[in-house]
Amino acid sequence: MNRTYELMFIVRPDMVDEDLNKLISTLESSVTAAHGTIKSEIWGKRRLAYTVRRFNDGIFVLLILEGTGGMVHELERRLRVTEPVIKFLTVRTDEELKRLDKIKKLRESRKKASAAPPVTPEAGTEPAPAAV
Amino acid sequence: MAEETKAPAAAAEAAGGETRTAERPERSGDSRPERSDRDRGPRGPRPGGGPGGPREGGRKYFRRKKVCKFCTEKIEAINYKDVRLLAGFVAESGKIVPRRLTGVCTPHQRRLSAAIKQARNIALLPFAGRAQ
Repeated sequence: MNRTYELMFIVRPDMVDEDLNKLISTLESSVTAAHGTIKSEIWGKRRLAYTVRRFNDGIFVLLILEGTGGMVHELERRLRVTEPVIKFLTVRTDEELKRLDKIKKLRESRKKASAAPPVTPEAGTEPAPAAV
Repeated sequence: MAEETKAPAAAAEAAGGETRTAERPERSGDSRPERSDRDRGPRGPRPGGGPGGPREGGRKYFRRKKVCKFCTEKIEAINYKDVRLLAGFVAESGKIVPRRLTGVCTPHQRRLSAAIKQARNIALLPFAGRAQ
C-alpha cells in the first residue's frame, strides 16, 4: 500500500538557508503526520534551462517519500501555495525500483549459477527471464 | 519488396511525373509495412528500400551497425536527474534525437524520451534552444 515517490522542487535563488530548512521541516512534519517516511537532499543552486517566473537560477531540493497518494497530494497542495517554490515535479518510483531490483536479482542469480558448478536445484530455482 | 517499388515506378513512368511525387512520400515509410523494417532499425535505415535508395540521391546501402548504448553498458536506470547522460541524446536545438541516429533500442528510447520530458518539465533541460 505504501508507494515510493520522488518529489523535486525548485525554490527561488534568493532564499535564505534557514527559511529553506524551515520549509523542509514543515513538509517533513506533514509527512510523518500521515505515517510516511521522508528523506531530503538539497542539491543547491543550479542554473535553470529556461526562465521560470523571471528567475534564471534556483535551489533544487529532492525529497524521497514513502506514503500514500493522499499524502503526496497534500504535499503538492502545500508547495503550490508556498510562494518561494517556483516549480515541482513528483515521480512515482516504486514500480521502477521493483523492476531494477528484479534485474539485479536476476543478474546475481546468473552470476552465482555460472560461478558455482550448475547443480540441478539451483538451475531449477533460477527464475526464467520473462520479458525484461 | 524491391519488385513493389519497381511496379509503381513503372506505372508512374506511364502515368506521368505527378505520380512519382505521390510515390515519394510513400517511400519515406509512413504508410508502408516497411515500418516493421524500421524497427529492425539499427542495421540500416531501410534495408528493404535499398535498391530504391540510390535513386533517392546516393544514400549508402548500409550504415555501420550502431549498438544501443544502454544495452552494451548495461545501464538500467534512466533517470531524469542525470542531465549529462540525457544531454547526449538531445540535439543542439533541444530536440530529442531519433533512434535511427543514436542507435538506441526501442524500450530504452521510450524510457529515455520519458526521462527527457520529465527533465524538461523540471527545468533541467530546455524545451527549445541551447541550455545556457
